[in-house]
Amino acid sequence: MEEKLALMIEAAGENSERALAKLISHVEDRKTGWKDIMKTIYAKTGRTCVIGVTGSPGAGKSSLVGEFAKRLGDRGYTIGIIAVDPSSPFSGGAVLGDRIRMRDISTYQNIFIRSMATRGMLGGLCQAARDVVRIMDFAGKDIVIIETVGVGQDEIEVVSAADYVMLVTYPGGGDSVQAIKAGVMEIGDLFVVNKCDREGADIIVSEISAMLDLSTETAAKIPPVIKTSAFTKEGIDELMDILSEFIQKKKKGPHYQKDHVRQEVISILETEMVSIIKERITGNGNMEKELELILSGKSDPYSIADKLMKRFTVIKNVEEKRKGDFQ
Amino acid sequence: MGQDSKIRVLVAKPGLDGHERGAHVVAYGLRDEGFEVIYTGLRQTPEQIVSAAVQEDVDVIGLSILSGAHLTLTKKVMAGLKAKGANDILVTVGGVIPEEDKKTLEEMGVGGVFTSGSKIKDIAAFIRTKIGGNA
Repeated sequence: MEEKLALMIEAAGENSERALAKLISHVEDRKTGWKDIMKTIYAKTGRTCVIGVTGSPGAGKSSLVGEFAKRLGDRGYTIGIIAVDPSSPFSGGAVLGDRIRMRDISTYQNIFIRSMATRGMLGGLCQAARDVVRIMDFAGKDIVIIETVGVGQDEIEVVSAADYVMLVTYPGGGDSVQAIKAGVMEIGDLFVVNKCDREGADIIVSEISAMLDLSTETAAKIPPVIKTSAFTKEGIDELMDILSEFIQKKKKGPHYQKDHVRQEVISILETEMVSIIKERITGNGNMEKELELILSGKSDPYSIADKLMKRFTVIKNVEEKRKGDFQ
Repeated sequence: MGQDSKIRVLVAKPGLDGHERGAHVVAYGLRDEGFEVIYTGLRQTPEQIVSAAVQEDVDVIGLSILSGAHLTLTKKVMAGLKAKGANDILVTVGGVIPEEDKKTLEEMGVGGVFTSGSKIKDIAAFIRTKIGGNA
């Protein structure tokens, strides 16, 4: 590995904020050597408690995260926060505004906040976010909180990689429960009805409870539903108790769980496959002639996909053989 | 996997003025130019801005100041960056800046001053020239 990277890793491990931030950028940008960084630090990770927070847009996730991160920080924990917001599919740019809601903690010595754009990475977001969690873990953060808007498979996948998943909704807008119903109910360890100072919070609580009762889980495994308000601070103490219990449990438990490790290997493979497809099969104009065949009615998308796949396998075999010849 | 580098910009409003429109226009304009913009909201202290710039590892800071306190506030931000070893970050200032103060700001190490009437395209081009990379 380049000496520059080794020094960066060393400094990040010794509490340098700047080195930690640079390390994250290097890995997030997938710059040369990023994978070496991850391989080097992996053995020193797995200790942190990862809390995933997701839910409908406008549910007050950032404010809530700001509030409980502050209290965890006051208890002496070191904390990393990763706030994921979508990139614009048109320009590739993004406005990342979660820090606006976390201003109280922005100068806490023991809290490190990082905003992250989704960058339209096909299935790659989840792995990139996992990598950032891991770098923070390596840098010694006791707790890493990862926050995403619960819309889209990618974002949901990100939080489902966490040790503990908090689903946040709020009273107002008839679709608030609908939004968390769509495929995310199952991943929640805790349901939070935020903005409970508003009218209708109790109705949302009973709707969610009713839905959870309908699921086949046994009573013991039904996740709690609580009400909070980041504004009036109602329910925050209860939330803190629940989180503390989880943090204690995680400390005693294993560093990594088999399910998560399996998911991660699959996720890395998927990401690599996508980039192979982009670079070697569909990129470099390889596909243009084939598309003409479809348009002129001489072929169809299914046959072309088969053909490209076959061609790729042939290339791969030739390469393997050559490699063998050299050895 | 290929390089996926993006220019990251912190748009920050230090001090006590509440005129956010200019900062919004710049933030959304730069997003449309393909930059990743971190916006921190109103009434930030220089400490908060420096801390955000370091943690977010931005390439550029854009300070939006319409209060008249641009010299004092910018000086504090520059000093804070230096203390954290982050004075390689490009700092630009926008807002209501009298012509005669531009030179003083540049002497402090400010890379560019963009007052009202500046075009987003020009700001984006300026950043690209200074930083390089994709966006």
